[in-house]
Amino acid sequence: MVKTEKAKGISRRGLLKGGAATAGVALGSGAITGFPTIWAQNIKDVTLRQFGTGVSNLNEVAQKVKEDLGFTLEMTALDSDAVTQRAATQPKSFDIADIEYWICKKVWPTGNLQAMDTSKIKNYDKIVGIFKSGKLTPESTIAQGTAPHTVGFVNGVDGTEFAAEESGWMTLIPTIYNADTLGIRPDLIGRPIGSWTELLNPEFKGKASILDISSIGIMDAAMVCEAMGEIQYGDKGNMTREEIDKTMAIFTEAKKAGQFRAFWKTFDESVNLMASGEVVIQSMWSPAITAVRSQGIPCIYQPLKEGYRSWGGGIGLSKNLSGLELDAAYEYINWYLDGWVGGFLMRQGYYSAVPETSKNHMTEDEWGFWFEGKPAKGDIANPFGTVMEKAGAVRDGGSFYDRMGAVACWNAVMDENQYMVRKWNEFIAA
Amino acid sequence: MTDQTLSPEATVAAPPAHAIARKPVSDAVAGWLLSLPLAGVLLFFLVLPILMIVVVSFWGATEFSIYPAFQFDNYEFLLTSPVTYQVFFNTVKYALITWAITLVIGFTVAYFLAFHVRSLTWQVVLFLLCTIPFWTSNIIRMISWIPFLGRNGIANSTLISMGVIDEPLEWLLFSDFSVILAFVHLYTLFMVVPIFNTMMRIDKSLIEAAYDNGASGFQTLVNVIIPLTKPGIMIGSIFVITLVMGDFITVRFMSGSQKANVGRLISNDIALLQYPSAAATAVILLITVLIVIAILLRFVDIRKEL
Repeated sequence: MVKTEKAKGISRRGLLKGGAATAGVALGSGAITGFPTIWAQNIKDVTLRQFGTGVSNLNEVAQKVKEDLGFTLEMTALDSDAVTQRAATQPKSFDIADIEYWICKKVWPTGNLQAMDTSKIKNYDKIVGIFKSGKLTPESTIAQGTAPHTVGFVNGVDGTEFAAEESGWMTLIPTIYNADTLGIRPDLIGRPIGSWTELLNPEFKGKASILDISSIGIMDAAMVCEAMGEIQYGDKGNMTREEIDKTMAIFTEAKKAGQFRAFWKTFDESVNLMASGEVVIQSMWSPAITAVRSQGIPCIYQPLKEGYRSWGGGIGLSKNLSGLELDAAYEYINWYLDGWVGGFLMRQGYYSAVPETSKNHMTEDEWGFWFEGKPAKGDIANPFGTVMEKAGAVRDGGSFYDRMGAVACWNAVMDENQYMVRKWNEFIAA
Repeated sequence: MTDQTLSPEATVAAPPAHAIARKPVSDAVAGWLLSLPLAGVLLFFLVLPILMIVVVSFWGATEFSIYPAFQFDNYEFLLTSPVTYQVFFNTVKYALITWAITLVIGFTVAYFLAFHVRSLTWQVVLFLLCTIPFWTSNIIRMISWIPFLGRNGIANSTLISMGVIDEPLEWLLFSDFSVILAFVHLYTLFMVVPIFNTMMRIDKSLIEAAYDNGASGFQTLVNVIIPLTKPGIMIGSIFVITLVMGDFITVRFMSGSQKANVGRLISNDIALLQYPSAAATAVILLITVLIVIAILLRFVDIRKEL
């Protein structure tokens, strides 16, 4: 391009362009070092490939990254099983893995991810205690299952063994988490629901559903069996073979008796089952409830007396990241915890790892409704502008501390995982 | 590039007249060379992958990796689990029912097109009409049944408003019925096409001869048309049976994940990184399908009939 300009005779404009290009080349080649714009220019060419479950892989986040940080973030959304598979078997296909903590326990030993230096994480000190010491407040007890802090740290960048306490090297930087429970259609049930046992109540024969993702489904099943008083578990997140057999026997019997209308595997399936009235009570995820409600159909994320089954996700770095791309990834993580994403996700009903920064990106009313469990003063809209709740509404389950403080169990992967999976498959096929 | 690869064989295949006299290669060698490209394609894209599957089926697996071994664990677990037999039974059941229904519908449609529609133009038009549903994706055609058959779906609300039923029919959706309905909807055309094709090639004078000899319409159908249509029926049957036996997504969606066939067992295993176990199931499924096809081929020698 410079050449063609020159061929026409050197114009002032051509000279300027040529000069700029030369300067650019000089900068790009690193001729002048220690100059901040080198980084700023190069980072535009960086593309980070992120994959994960649909909950946090949102195009809005990628757009905002481009705006705020300048580099490109490519998002791929998959279901939990596919995410696990990809993290374990295709390490070259991603730069950032957005995975859940129980998946981390499963794939970390493959060595496909590298630990993160917490001293490079600006808001590390503000991250909620659940992800560091395991305690929400100093008085909290730690729930059963794969609690995030138990797989949150390793010793050193290449560490493969999980460390018992904060070590300065984090496996996943927590991004979002939530407390899950059963979703119900109050209009079709017409009475209060207060316990996990209701999932197998014959009253809802042919109108119940459970999710067909073995590692999560078994937890919901365990919550039900424990609430029924049928089984006392040592640790629901790490069952013995006998406990698995008993749990699956109870559910197989219910299935054969026609208790379940269907099983669901993806978010939208759960929304459709509920919205169409095929199912009136089922395991569900928070945004699915919101999606049903935004169609004008009543749906409640019912708090239950036995507590919540909780889950948490975080972003991990591929072992293949280095140099500029690694810097960009750290930049991305710091930006992630800086509040904009947190606000974006909290306005959909999730929690962010650093709530206090998210507060800056939410209105007082939104913060009051989603985090503090206060009645909404005005209409509460989701980030896409759809009105979710009218003035006066209160969040199902109340405040952050009420909800996250009542976690009975974390999503988990068990020592007897393979046995459990086979039993789960038999249940589905039965 | 295509020219380059083809040209040596082309020379061998059609040697110029004077070369025949010299016979640089014998017919046998030429025959082998001619079959080489196809044999190569089949070897690399069919035989090798299947061998790989067979090999992997003897391997072991941990939660996140597979390791080479020679063990029968996968087969042992598969063949000793009562669920396996139930699932294979289910798969065969779906295949047989779908086959029977698609055969009746497919034969009827093809018969109508071939013998009742007189003008070729109309035959072509009506035949194309049959293929129109195939312009949309398989999945969409399947999923669109769900709102139709649901508890509050169009079918139930119509029946209720007509006063035929008082309560919605629960078995319309997420049942064996909905699975087979979707299969029939998806695969009938695979039966229509080959049967129509063979019917079009039946010499009309044979039918006239049957008529002249005093055969009734039914006798003509049973003694002339059906025997001559056998290859088409057989090809259609192979299509439908293999498609249904290898399917997993239709069963998953239309049964609301409540029913299982072999394809779903395999897909579950793959999703959970249990490749060796999936491979073992695939090997057993392959053997089953081959046995079914071998039985079908006992009835009709397709190569002779074509």
